[in-house]
Amino acid sequence: MSKTTEKKSAAHKSYSAQIWHQFKKNKGAVIGLVIFILIVIVAIAANFVFDYDTDIVGMNSAQRLLPPSLEHPFGTDQMGRDVLARVCYGAKYSLLIGVVSVLISVVFGSIIGAIAGFVGGTVESVIMRTVELLLMIPGLLLVILIVYCLGATIPNLMLALGLSTVPHFARNARAAVLTVRGNEYVEAARAIGSTGPKTLFKHVLPNALSPILVQATSRIAGCIIDAAGYSFLGLGVPAPLPEWGAMLSDGRGFMREYPFLEIFPGLAIMITVLAINLVGDGLRDALDPKLKR
Amino acid sequence: MSMFKKFSKKQTAAATHDPATFDGEYVLNVENLNVRFETDDATVYAVNGIDLKLKKKQTLGLVGETGAGKTTTVLSLLNLVPDPPGVVSADRIEVNGREVTKMSAAELQTMRGKEISMIFQDPMTSLNPVMTVGDQIAESILLHENVDKKTAAKLAGDMLETVGIPAERGSEYPHQFSGGMKQRVVIAIALACHPNILIADEPTTALDVTIQAQVLELMNGLKEKYQTSMVMITHDLGIVAETCDEVAVMYAGRIVEKGTLEDVFRRTKHPYTEGLFNSLPKMNDRSSKLTPIPGLVPDPTVIPEGCAFAERCPYAKESCFTKHPENRWVSDTHMVVCDAYDDPDFHIKRGR
Repeated sequence: MSKTTEKKSAAHKSYSAQIWHQFKKNKGAVIGLVIFILIVIVAIAANFVFDYDTDIVGMNSAQRLLPPSLEHPFGTDQMGRDVLARVCYGAKYSLLIGVVSVLISVVFGSIIGAIAGFVGGTVESVIMRTVELLLMIPGLLLVILIVYCLGATIPNLMLALGLSTVPHFARNARAAVLTVRGNEYVEAARAIGSTGPKTLFKHVLPNALSPILVQATSRIAGCIIDAAGYSFLGLGVPAPLPEWGAMLSDGRGFMREYPFLEIFPGLAIMITVLAINLVGDGLRDALDPKLKR
Repeated sequence: MSMFKKFSKKQTAAATHDPATFDGEYVLNVENLNVRFETDDATVYAVNGIDLKLKKKQTLGLVGETGAGKTTTVLSLLNLVPDPPGVVSADRIEVNGREVTKMSAAELQTMRGKEISMIFQDPMTSLNPVMTVGDQIAESILLHENVDKKTAAKLAGDMLETVGIPAERGSEYPHQFSGGMKQRVVIAIALACHPNILIADEPTTALDVTIQAQVLELMNGLKEKYQTSMVMITHDLGIVAETCDEVAVMYAGRIVEKGTLEDVFRRTKHPYTEGLFNSLPKMNDRSSKLTPIPGLVPDPTVIPEGCAFAERCPYAKESCFTKHPENRWVSDTHMVVCDAYDDPDFHIKRGR
C-alpha cells in the first residue's frame, strides 16, 4: 500500500486520498480527529505511567475526597485514589468497548445485510424478518438479558452492545447494497464471469461502504455512552475497574459535596463522544458523492 | 480471501471448453427466443420469437428503437436477464455450439468473459469507481486464465496498451479518465481473455462524435486482430453501415427485417426500416425537416393481434391489424416480415 501511494503524484489521487483531502477541509472534523488521537495516546500511555495496583485500585484512606489541587488535579475519590489517574486509565476501557462492540455489529450486521440485499428473494425475506424480530426487543432489555445470562464482564458487555445494534447495521447495509447492486458495473462484472461472492465483496460492498462507515463512527460514540450508562446501572464493568460510567456510579453518593467526582469522568465521556461525532460528521461529508471533487 | 481464491481456482479447473476449437458454422444460434418480464401489475413481452445466427468473424447489427428488446435479446445470450421478473424461453440459445440455458452456474461464469463478452452502453457507469482500471482488467484475466496476480497485472497493462492507453495509467481510477478512454478500458476488459464473441450494446451512444469514430475504429481493428465475431446493438444507422456485415431490424421484440448490409440498406423492404432511413437528416437538403415515424412504440404489455407496426405503417391494410405477418425470404439472405408483399406489385417508396 505505502509503495503505491508514494508513487502517486498529487494529481493522481487514490480514492482514499481524495476522501482525506475532503476531510481535511472540515475544521471541526480535524479538531475532532486530533482530540481523538490524543485520547488514544493518553489511553495507551496511562498503561505505562500508572501502576494498576497502587494508583488505580489501591486505597489510600489518608487522602480521601481531596478537592482538585496541583498534586491531584482532578481531586481524589472516596477511597483516596487519584481521579486523574483513574480517568486516564479508564479511557482504555471506554475506547475498547466502543470500538470492539461496533466492530462486532459492523461485521455481522453488514455481512448479513449485504447478503440479504445482494441475493434477494427468499434469503432476503428470511434474514430481514429475523432482523426485524430482533429489532422488536428494546436494546436495553437485550443487553440486560445477555449480561444477566453471561455475567457482567467487559467482553460480555461488548458482545451485548454489539449484538444489540446488529439489526440496525444489517438494515443500513442492505439499503446501501440495494442502491449499488443496480449499477452497470455490477452487471458488467457478472458479464465477465465474476462469481456471486466475488461480485459482492469486490464490486458491491466497497461501493456501499460509505454509509456503513459513517454509521459505524457515530455508533462508536453511542456505544461509549451506552457502556457508561450500563456500568452506571451496574450491568457493565465490575466495581474496581476505572471505567468512566462505573466511576460516575461510584461517585454518585458524594455528588453534592464533591462534584468533581462526577464532573471529570463526565467531561471525559463528553469530550470523547464529541470528538468521535465530529470525526463521523466529517467522514460523512467527505464520503458524500455530491460534494466530491 | 483464501476462501474466494479456492473458489475461483475450482472454477478455472472446470473450464474445458475452448472457443478456439469450436468449428461449427454459427458461433451464435438462437431460435424462437421469448423473454417476458412478469411483474405484479402486468407482463411485459420484451422479446417475442427471435431467431439469430452469427457466423464466425462476422458482425451483426441489431437496430431498433429504444424498448425494441435489443438489449434483452443479448442479455439472454449471457443468461443475464434478471430473474425474477424475467422469464426466458427458447427452442435454442447456443453459444459456440453449447446450449446456454442448460449450463450450470460455474459453466456460465467460465463462458462469460472467456467465450462471450459484453461492452456496455455507458462507460461512465460500467466501471467500478473504487477499483483501479488495471485491477479491473486483471480481474477478468484472473477469473479465466490460470495465471498469478503479477502476470495478470502485466497482461492487463498490455491490454491497456492495445487499446491505446499507456500501461502506467492502469494504477489510476476511472474518474481520472475521459469518457472515450473509459470506453477503451471497458473494451480492454471485454477483450482481455480474447472471447470469440463480443457483444457491444450501443458502445458509442454516450460518447461524442469524434470519440465515437475513434472507438469504432479501435473496435474494428481489435475485432480483426482477435478474429472476434460481434453483435453490435445500435440505433445509429451510420455505425451499422460502418461496422456490420449483417443487419437485423427489431421492432417491438421481433425482427422485422434482416439480411446483409446491402440487402437492408440498398434493397430495403420493410416499411419500418424505410421509416428509420427517412427519419435521418438528409445530407443534400439540410434545411428540410426530419420525417419521424408517426405514432409511438406499442405497449409492450399487450401482444398485438396483427402486425405490431400496423398502427404506424403508411401501407397498412385492414388484414395487417388482424393477422400476424409471416417471415418471407425475398432472397437467400434477405428476410422481411411484412404481408404487404402478398401483392407481387407492392414496393415501398424508398425502393423505387
